[in-house]
Amino acid sequence: MAVILTEAEAKALLQKVLKYSKADECEINLSGGKRGNLRYARNEVSTSGAQINQNLVVQSSFGKKVGVATTNEFTEEAFEKVVRQSEELARLAPENPEYMGVLSPQQYKKSSGFFDSTANVTPDFRAEAVAKSLALSRTQNLAAAGFWEDQHGYSAMLNSKQLFAYYPSTNVNFSLTVRTPDGTGSGYVARGYSDVSKLDIEAATKIAIQKSTGSLGAKALEPGKYTVILEPTAAAVLLENIFFNMDARSADEGRSFLSKQGGKTKLGEKIVDERVTIYSDPTHPDLPSATWAEDGQPMEKVNWIEKGVVKNMAYSRYWAEKKGAKAIPFPNNMIMAGGTATLEEMIASTKQGILVTKLWYIREVDPQTLLLTGLTRDGTFYIENGKIKHPVKNFRFNESPVIMLNNLETLGKPVRVVSTESDQNYMIPPMKIREFTFSSLSDAV
Amino acid sequence: MKRRDFMQMSGLGIGALMMPSVPVLGSIVSSEHLLEPGVDVAIKKKFADIALNAAKSKGASYTDVRIGRYLQQYVFTREKQVQNIVNAESYGVGIRVIANGTWGFSATSDVTPEGIAKCAETAVAIAKANSKFQKEPVALAPQKGVGEVTWKTPVKKNAFEIPTKEKIDLLMKVNAKAMENGAGFVTSNLFFINEQKYFASTDGSYIDQDIHRIWPTFTVTAIDKAAGKFKTRDAISSPMGMGYEYLDGLASEKIAGPIGLVGYRNSYDMVEDAITAAKQAKEKLTTKSVLPGKYDLVLDPNHLGLTIHESVGHPTELDRVLGYEANYAGTSFATLDKWESKKFNYGSKLVNIVADRVQPHTLGAVGFDDEGVPAKEWNIIKDGILVNYQAIRDQAKIIGEKESHGCCYADNWDSVQFQRMPNISLKPGTEKRSVLDMIKGVEKGIYIIGRGSYSIDHQRYNFQFGGQVFYEIKKGEIVGMLDDVAYQSNTQEFWNSCSQLCDKDDYRTFGSFFDGKGQPSQVSAVSHGSATTRFDGVNVINTARKI
Repeated sequence: MAVILTEAEAKALLQKVLKYSKADECEINLSGGKRGNLRYARNEVSTSGAQINQNLVVQSSFGKKVGVATTNEFTEEAFEKVVRQSEELARLAPENPEYMGVLSPQQYKKSSGFFDSTANVTPDFRAEAVAKSLALSRTQNLAAAGFWEDQHGYSAMLNSKQLFAYYPSTNVNFSLTVRTPDGTGSGYVARGYSDVSKLDIEAATKIAIQKSTGSLGAKALEPGKYTVILEPTAAAVLLENIFFNMDARSADEGRSFLSKQGGKTKLGEKIVDERVTIYSDPTHPDLPSATWAEDGQPMEKVNWIEKGVVKNMAYSRYWAEKKGAKAIPFPNNMIMAGGTATLEEMIASTKQGILVTKLWYIREVDPQTLLLTGLTRDGTFYIENGKIKHPVKNFRFNESPVIMLNNLETLGKPVRVVSTESDQNYMIPPMKIREFTFSSLSDAV
Repeated sequence: MKRRDFMQMSGLGIGALMMPSVPVLGSIVSSEHLLEPGVDVAIKKKFADIALNAAKSKGASYTDVRIGRYLQQYVFTREKQVQNIVNAESYGVGIRVIANGTWGFSATSDVTPEGIAKCAETAVAIAKANSKFQKEPVALAPQKGVGEVTWKTPVKKNAFEIPTKEKIDLLMKVNAKAMENGAGFVTSNLFFINEQKYFASTDGSYIDQDIHRIWPTFTVTAIDKAAGKFKTRDAISSPMGMGYEYLDGLASEKIAGPIGLVGYRNSYDMVEDAITAAKQAKEKLTTKSVLPGKYDLVLDPNHLGLTIHESVGHPTELDRVLGYEANYAGTSFATLDKWESKKFNYGSKLVNIVADRVQPHTLGAVGFDDEGVPAKEWNIIKDGILVNYQAIRDQAKIIGEKESHGCCYADNWDSVQFQRMPNISLKPGTEKRSVLDMIKGVEKGIYIIGRGSYSIDHQRYNFQFGGQVFYEIKKGEIVGMLDDVAYQSNTQEFWNSCSQLCDKDDYRTFGSFFDGKGQPSQVSAVSHGSATTRFDGVNVINTARKI
């Protein structure tokens, strides 16, 4: 049997598994995928691998007693066994007061996240792409370390109320660090696409090379508050901490950056600059994602922050019922709307500032304010009178993305980026921010 | 399949990140299934020989095979509820070969003679294909075969044999006690791991190991709804290489600290810690915010372990030093020239850092590593000087070692083994000194307990650490709690400011249960021992903000 099933094949298989169910309710998630990777360092391939995965997750319930079992064996015996096992686990489980039951069939929007180009990537294709990148760094006597990972697959679900959903997807992530032989210059690039034909590996490599050689001879600046231009790769790792914390329940319980005095939340309040709009949209052509959540809830376009105001928080079905609110699942993608400025225009309009191309080791210092710490890495530059003057040594920062988005100067056009912290892909614009807090210097290159 | 993979495949990225993000390997099964014995060792030897012979016949000059059964049981609760119980099993074979002087690796869950032979052939084919890129052939440090041997974590109570109900009852008691003592919310978790690993190589080793790890932990949250404030306090337990006996809470393993505080050595009283945690979280709501400046820091082992991990453990990984992790975790300031000079002052003369895989009760303790090298102990920093790194068989010659340090590890049968951190520990002081004695000598300082926020640059120079609880020291005495504390320093400057160590009676281990490294990322578990230690004149910042 193939690992990547078509919609009809997935549905047939799920119906077959569901027939074994004797529980009050049953929900089955099915997935299959293939992924391949190539890792290299010091201009040589270090590891490469390929993985084939298929998985069946069966959730059975008796009343509010719920059990989950999984299997990666796709035989008739295994199907029956995994259903029985989930039923046994359900019978033994304590009642889950938050269990909401399975959903009736839903309507889903269409989103195209599967590209044959990516699905057809072979080990040779991977090796040739990486060879092109390596040729560029080798000819300039620079040391390259990179990672390529492509994947294609599908997920599907069926429940005992005959809700069925199917979504095929592809993805490729490529990242590269180029260092000068003496270790005093370092540059980075990361690219993520659903369609591999959009990945121009040579153009990406040239960016990392430019940052690497351009960061030679970095000068130390005093830590303090600076106007910064954050490239999308740098901004993403700060903003995703807002995305991860949009949960209504935590806010209602008083333990979120969205909680406020008197046990209330900031829903409906302006928390950042009015030019900030953050939304999710599974049908976005540059960032397609599944139009349904793991439990079958439809994924709609949701404005989380609109013109600076908190418009929506994520409600689980349980919490929504308790609060009389509409259930809104956590999104499958996130997009920050932008402006029209190009990065070059932002630099040209900056009297004094710092161009930050990548941030590293981001950790939450205070969940109450979303204060984050971390460092600049692989290319940080001083801007004076509209021009990049020279590279600067790396800084540690302590800053909250909420404060940062209140100090917004300019927004550029959003592009698809890969988070260097979570590997998630987002659409994020470059942005100019005033009074960004750098608290100490680092000798790291 | 890894949960992470499932989530990524289905495009269910962000939502998945909101769930308890712990790696689950393999298939979810019943708790009874976890107690079923694995395949008999005689069969495993037969399977291993099939792999070794198949690879050899295709031209491999070296082969190792790992037949692994990885068991996990995770229990998640909040307040009065069990949120999830995960029982998972992952079983399969990973085969690594050298052919044409190049590594090749392949893995399969088809644990049959045919499946294994085919997998070995694939590994050889991959090695040969990759050899096109290879400039210098792989050279392994010699390792004499050890024959047929076994090793087990010396557990007193196999955690997998303890009924699930007993575990839930414990967590419910922890949660109830925390709520009674001022917590608004509490989550508590138990993590149990059992690696049943069979390793064989063409060196003539057939090693059967049974490795156990445990981690009980919780987070309590205290809330002041009127003020719109909340504070948390995490457990000060440590993940251990032990069985369920770690949860016995033996009085003999408690260490009495200043102002009634308790530290835990090789036995943890989870309920007692939950009560303390709730009280401390509540106290943090109204406690004084720190005045930034220079302070002498008195660091508890349950805090210092993470600082050791980040500022000594990672920078002395040889693969990082050489640039193999440049694209992800980064490189290291502890370059080969500093080591070659034999006079690089990593720290003050008091600083002696030891690497090992033998300390009892630790996460790094094994009989043999994942390339068949016996566990041992070696110095990393001696009297303040950098003297060695952490190396595996294909790296040993780079630092003039005749044999590997035995710190090669893969997190599952389908992951390729690579250099991972062994236990890295700071030796306690040789002079008799308690925590109270140490505090008596501090004029203006902060006593820090527990693992907080942490961040360090990609070459391990500049770091910032928070903690769980902070106490102000004035003129040799603790005068009260502080909040919003984080310290920033530079690795070499920090370790050179080390001015006093407590003695071995205060020595305890801290651990990291899910330490990530590599692309694709793999987890590993590692312990860091130390006694309470003093560092002078460290820069402390205030982390309070208004949004």
